Amino acid sequence: MFKKVMAGIFAAGLVGAAGTAYAGKDLDAIKARGQLLCGVSTGVAGFASADSQGKWTGIDVDVCRAVAAAIFGDADKVKFIPTTAQQRFTALQSGEVDLLVRTTTYTLTRDTALGFDFTGINYYDGQGFMVNKKLGVKSAKELNGATVCVQPGTTTELNLADYFRANKMTFKPVVIEKIEEVRAAFFAGRCDVFTTDASGLYATRAANAPTPDDYIILPEIISKEPLGPVVRHGDNQFADIVRWAFFAMLEAEEYGITSKNVDEMLKSDNPAIKRILGVTPGMGKALGVDEKWVYNIIKQVGNYGEVFDRNVGAGSPLKIARGQNALWTQGGLQYAPPIR
Amino acid sequence: MTDAMPAGDRKPLAPPVEDTGMIGWARKNLFSSWGNGITTIVLIVAVVWVLNGFLEWALFTANFTASTGSECRGGGACWALIREKFRYIFFGSFPYEQHWRPLFAVIAMLAMLVLSADRRMWNWRLLVIWGIGSFVTFLLMFGQIHIPLSLILFVALVCGGAGLALRSALATPSERMAYYALIGIGAVGLVLRILGVLPKWSIGIAPLSYVETSLWGGLPVTLILATYGLAFAFPYGVLLALGRRSNLPLIKGLCVGFIELIRGVPLISLLIMASVMLPLFLPSGTTIDKFLRAQVAVILFAGAYIAEVIRGGLQSLPKGQFEAADAMGLNYPQKTLLIILPQALRVVIPPLINTFIGFFKDTSLVLIIGIFDFLNTANQALVDPNWAGFPGEVYLFAAFVYFIFCYSMSRYSKYLEVELNKGTRR
Repeated sequence: MFKKVMAGIFAAGLVGAAGTAYAGKDLDAIKARGQLLCGVSTGVAGFASADSQGKWTGIDVDVCRAVAAAIFGDADKVKFIPTTAQQRFTALQSGEVDLLVRTTTYTLTRDTALGFDFTGINYYDGQGFMVNKKLGVKSAKELNGATVCVQPGTTTELNLADYFRANKMTFKPVVIEKIEEVRAAFFAGRCDVFTTDASGLYATRAANAPTPDDYIILPEIISKEPLGPVVRHGDNQFADIVRWAFFAMLEAEEYGITSKNVDEMLKSDNPAIKRILGVTPGMGKALGVDEKWVYNIIKQVGNYGEVFDRNVGAGSPLKIARGQNALWTQGGLQYAPPIR
Repeated sequence: MTDAMPAGDRKPLAPPVEDTGMIGWARKNLFSSWGNGITTIVLIVAVVWVLNGFLEWALFTANFTASTGSECRGGGACWALIREKFRYIFFGSFPYEQHWRPLFAVIAMLAMLVLSADRRMWNWRLLVIWGIGSFVTFLLMFGQIHIPLSLILFVALVCGGAGLALRSALATPSERMAYYALIGIGAVGLVLRILGVLPKWSIGIAPLSYVETSLWGGLPVTLILATYGLAFAFPYGVLLALGRRSNLPLIKGLCVGFIELIRGVPLISLLIMASVMLPLFLPSGTTIDKFLRAQVAVILFAGAYIAEVIRGGLQSLPKGQFEAADAMGLNYPQKTLLIILPQALRVVIPPLINTFIGFFKDTSLVLIIGIFDFLNTANQALVDPNWAGFPGEVYLFAAFVYFIFCYSMSRYSKYLEVELNKGTRR
């Protein structure tokens, strides 16, 4: 996170020179091009990574595809542009990408000074703890006196100290510079606890643990890392489409519309579902896209639950629990305003 | 008299078996003293122990056939991962069903490099080889090539100028006229094109579907960055080196300033400048291809280093060579190309190849700006959640491929040294 902050400050300095003189409609440019340019990360398991055939998959990738489905009716009309942490904001500012969905934490400075708009939160991340099951620990509150493996110079380290102090506990930090070595140290038993962003803990457990089942990730999340899609200022209509393409995936999950049953749902009597799927027209027109926009998203990409499950959840090797990313109706934070 | 055998029947005894063959060699070199003997045994044990562990991991307990990463876990090396991912590692995100295109592009580039390694090709043939090789490579990679009119005019201008400079004393009047004609057509055409009199016109060759550079990845990217980086950096470096020794203060100052500036910053900062800063200075909406930006950064950087290597060669030449060339009445281009450079370059072959090998590996730095070169696609293979967790295998594989290229270059440098120094060898 420290790196993210630094990159933000760096980019904020740059944008002072560049200004916000982005005239013209991004949406028109996208339509004329016939393709959405979507900035993703250069490889984060479950969020954006290329498979053996070079096809991009992940929860971030699916947000891009949903936007393409809303605009073009075809989720494949998107080009993924891998961006590094340093380069991502410039890429968005300079127009190299139309939309950035790159595990980017939603913060005030990025939303304002950088000249961007966050259109939602497609993944609620936060710092968590992983321990070996043998310790018998069920909650982070029981970690008094533990040795903790952590990377230095990140907000992770500061959050860790704050959390233990707030709960009147002590810990012995094992500070290691490189993340690969932090993981190796943890699995070699040099420390009791490994702490980083929860999604990172799940990915580490799936990829690096000798036997993944020996390790558990504790339920406490001690920091806020809301990750979301970003667009640049200057085209509110495009921002609206990105915002509602994601909300549509949440709404669909709430109403039980999946990629499998979406065709039957077209015959539903529920007025909300009729509005969402464009059986009762009006929503598409208001947004400036085809009336079947939600149908296309759900049919080709799936609802949020399906996307989560397939990329990071139970249906994937990462096996991340829904937790905060469950719908509000199921005790999570994912809440979409109504489509009406 | 009975015990004396005829001289002709006497056979010399073979030397004692302990002094010949393998045993003799071992006795002489490995066990010549107690200290040496103990060192040998300790080292043999150590080597066997390490090798045993490595072979156990890499061969005997290795998994070659698993279909998912979790099946692979627990045993030795997971070579099944390489089997699953090698196409991605070699060709990146290039459309899967069209992987034959980067494959043949790589073959074309290698053929081009191998052919130009042969000294018999070092004349006009080199231009033909590179012309055809580059055309085939980029046609396969892009799928479609559009040659704009302005480029054709520019080439005409350069050809005419070069011909005139190099063959001024030798050319017949009609040949000279041809050069003037080329310069005239090129210059006038370019001016008209810039003024907008001539239309924006181009020759299009489009047998395949277009694949943009952002989808390129793997070995072709590494090879293109290194090959064309060095191919352009070499003449550029020669010019810089000559400029640095120029008597004209302006040219000398510019060259020294450029070389020192570029040498003073790391390649990473140059790449970041090209990929992060440059787009902010361009008018909004215009973007220069990211791959091209990286390629230019590599050329500039390599050029500065090559210039310094070549300057070493230029300085090693005795002054008499320059004076003799002047006395022959050669003009500057002729003197440089016919007398000075051939001698200077011969001297600097080892450091030059050293620079080349270094840059071949340095191209992997483009991963920090999100270009998928060979090392970066190998990195990507580690991220796939289905196959994550086997960094050793992937990096070993990548190292092996890099080694093949770098070792060939180093062998070639050895051969070239011998070839070019035939005249001075005792």
